Amino acid sequence: MMDAVASPAESEQDLTEIAADAAGEHAVGRPTVYVYEAPVRICHWVNAFSILILMVTGYLIGTPLPSVEGEASANFVMGYIRFAHFAAGQVLAVFFLARILWAFAGNHHSRQIFYLPVHRRQFWKEVLHEIRWYAFLERQPKMYVGHNPLAQTAMFTGFTLFVTFMIVTGFALYSEGAGIDSWQHKLFGWVFAIWPNSQDVHTWHHLGMWALVVFVMVHVYAAVREDIMSRQSIISSMISGERQFRD
Amino acid sequence: MGAATETFYSVIRWQGITRRSFHKFCSLTATSLGLGPLAASRIANALETKPRVPVIWMHGLECTCCSESFIRSAHPLVKDAVLSMISLDYDDTIMAAAGHQAEAILEETRAKHKGQYILAVEGNPPLNEGGMFCIDGGKPFVEKLKMMAEDAMAIIAWGACASWGCVQAAKPNPTQATPIDKVITNKPIIKVPGCPPIAEVMTGVVTFITTFGKLPELDRQGRPKMFYSQRIHDKCYRRPHFDAGQFVEEWDDEAARKGYCLYKMGCKGPTTYNACSTVRWNGGVSFPIQSGHGCIGCSEDGFWDKGSFYDRLTNIKQFGIEKNADQIGMAAAGAVGAAVAAHAAVTAVKRLASKREDADHNS
Repeated sequence: MMDAVASPAESEQDLTEIAADAAGEHAVGRPTVYVYEAPVRICHWVNAFSILILMVTGYLIGTPLPSVEGEASANFVMGYIRFAHFAAGQVLAVFFLARILWAFAGNHHSRQIFYLPVHRRQFWKEVLHEIRWYAFLERQPKMYVGHNPLAQTAMFTGFTLFVTFMIVTGFALYSEGAGIDSWQHKLFGWVFAIWPNSQDVHTWHHLGMWALVVFVMVHVYAAVREDIMSRQSIISSMISGERQFRD
Repeated sequence: MGAATETFYSVIRWQGITRRSFHKFCSLTATSLGLGPLAASRIANALETKPRVPVIWMHGLECTCCSESFIRSAHPLVKDAVLSMISLDYDDTIMAAAGHQAEAILEETRAKHKGQYILAVEGNPPLNEGGMFCIDGGKPFVEKLKMMAEDAMAIIAWGACASWGCVQAAKPNPTQATPIDKVITNKPIIKVPGCPPIAEVMTGVVTFITTFGKLPELDRQGRPKMFYSQRIHDKCYRRPHFDAGQFVEEWDDEAARKGYCLYKMGCKGPTTYNACSTVRWNGGVSFPIQSGHGCIGCSEDGFWDKGSFYDRLTNIKQFGIEKNADQIGMAAAGAVGAAVAAHAAVTAVKRLASKREDADHNS
C-alpha cells in the first residue's frame, strides 16, 4: 500500500503473505495495527483546518488589512474576518470537546494525548531515547503503535494544553462582545480575574497563536520525517487509521 | 456641612420644594424605574425617614482630577448631589473647616454614624517606608484610611488610582502605591475607575446609593455594572468603520479626516470598560475618539505599563527587551523553522551516508 518497491530481503517465512503480480513484482504483506479510530481522525482534520483558519483570521484581527474604499455601510471586511474567526473557534471548541468525550469511549490510543505517565521511569527513559534519536545519537528508532513518548509529550503540551488555553481565553475575549449576561462570560469570565485588563488577555491569546504556529511546524516536520525515517506509516495513518510497520 | 441627622425630605423642604412636588417626584421615580403604584409611597417614606447618607471624602496619593471631574457634573448638578442628596461631612479639598477642626469631623462622623457612612477615597496609599510617602494630618495616609474604613458602610474607590493604582503604581512603583482593595479587604468596595472617572458616572453612583440605600450591582471587578459593563468599542460611533475594515493608517491622513476607526492607531476602546462613548464628557459634548484621538484605556488596570498609547499590540517586557506578541512569535517561529530545516538537512545527509554504508556493506 505504501511503496510498491519489493524488498529483496523478504524471507521465506513470509511466503504466505507474498504474492507476485503480473509484472512479477512482489506485493509485500506488512503488519498493520488499527490505531486511530474514525472519530479521532475526523477530529484531527477538523481541528487542523479550524486552527489554520483561526491563525490567519486571528492575525488579521490583530493586524488588519489596508482600509477599504467606500461607505462603511457597503463594507464588512473586518466583520467577515471576525465572523470566520469566531465560527472556526466554536467549531474547534465543539470538536475538541468531542475529542475529549471520545477519549472515554475510544481505544487506549485515543487517550494518549490527554495525559503524561510522568510517574513511570520507563516513560522518561523512552523520552530520552527519542531525544537521542532526534539528536542523531541513536541509529535505530523504536517503533510504537501510538505516539512515541516524546511525541506524546509534544501532543499533550503543544496541542491539548495550548488549545485548551486558546479556547478558554478565546471564549473569554468573545464574552466581551457578547456581554456580561452571556453564557460565555458566566463560564469564562474568571479569566479576567487573572488578568483584570483584557489587553493582557489579548496579548496572551496572541502569544498562544504563535505557540501553536511553532507546534504545527514541529508536528508536521516530525510526522513527515518519521514517516520516512522510522519505518512506520504516520501521515497515511491519520487518513486510514492504520499504522503499518515496514521492515 | 454639619453632621446632624437630616433626611432628604427635610433638606428639599428647606429649599422651598412643596410636599406636592415631592410626591410627584416619588411617583415619577417609581414609574421610571418600572415599579408598581405602591412603590411611590415606599420611596416617599424612605426619603422622609432615612437619614441622608454621610460621606467622608479622603485624598491619598492622587492629582485631584477626580474632584475636578466631579464638580463639573451636569446630570445631576454637583451642587444637588453635594448639598441635598448626600451629607458631605468631610472633604479636605473643598471643605471650609481646616486643621484640627477638620480632623475632629472625622472622629465625630466615625462615632456618630458607625457603620452607616460612605468612605469615598480619591487616590491610594503608598505602603513603602511605612507609608511615609503620603502624610495627611501628620500621619501616614494608610493609617487614616484604615481607621476610617473600619466603621464605614462601604468604600467608593474613585478613579484609576484608588481602583488599580494608576501612574504612581506604574513600574517600578517606588512608593509601593497600592489600590484600596489590596489594603482594605473586609468592606464592600465600589471601583469607579477612570483618570478621571466621568463626572456623571461619579454623581450617578452617589445618587444611586443615596436614593436606594444600597450599593449598585457590581461586575466581577467590583465596578458598577450600569456604567462599566460594556467597552468603549461596543458603543463607539466609529464602530461601523471598524466592522467595514476602514482604519486611520497614520495621523492626519485622508481616513483620519473621514473619521475612520482608530484601531490601528492604538485605540484601546476594544479593551476598555467605561461609559465614555455613551455618556461622553463635559455635559455630553465629546469624548477622545470623537475628538480624533484613540482611547488610552485610562480606566483599565495598569494602563501605564502596556507600552505606547499608539500601538495596537501590547509590549511585553517579560522577555528582557520590549517586543510585542508578533515580534516574539515571528522570532520564535523563525528560529524553530531554521532549526527544523537544519534538522531535516542533517537527517538527509545522515540517511544518505548510512545508505551508502549499507550499500557498501551489502556489496
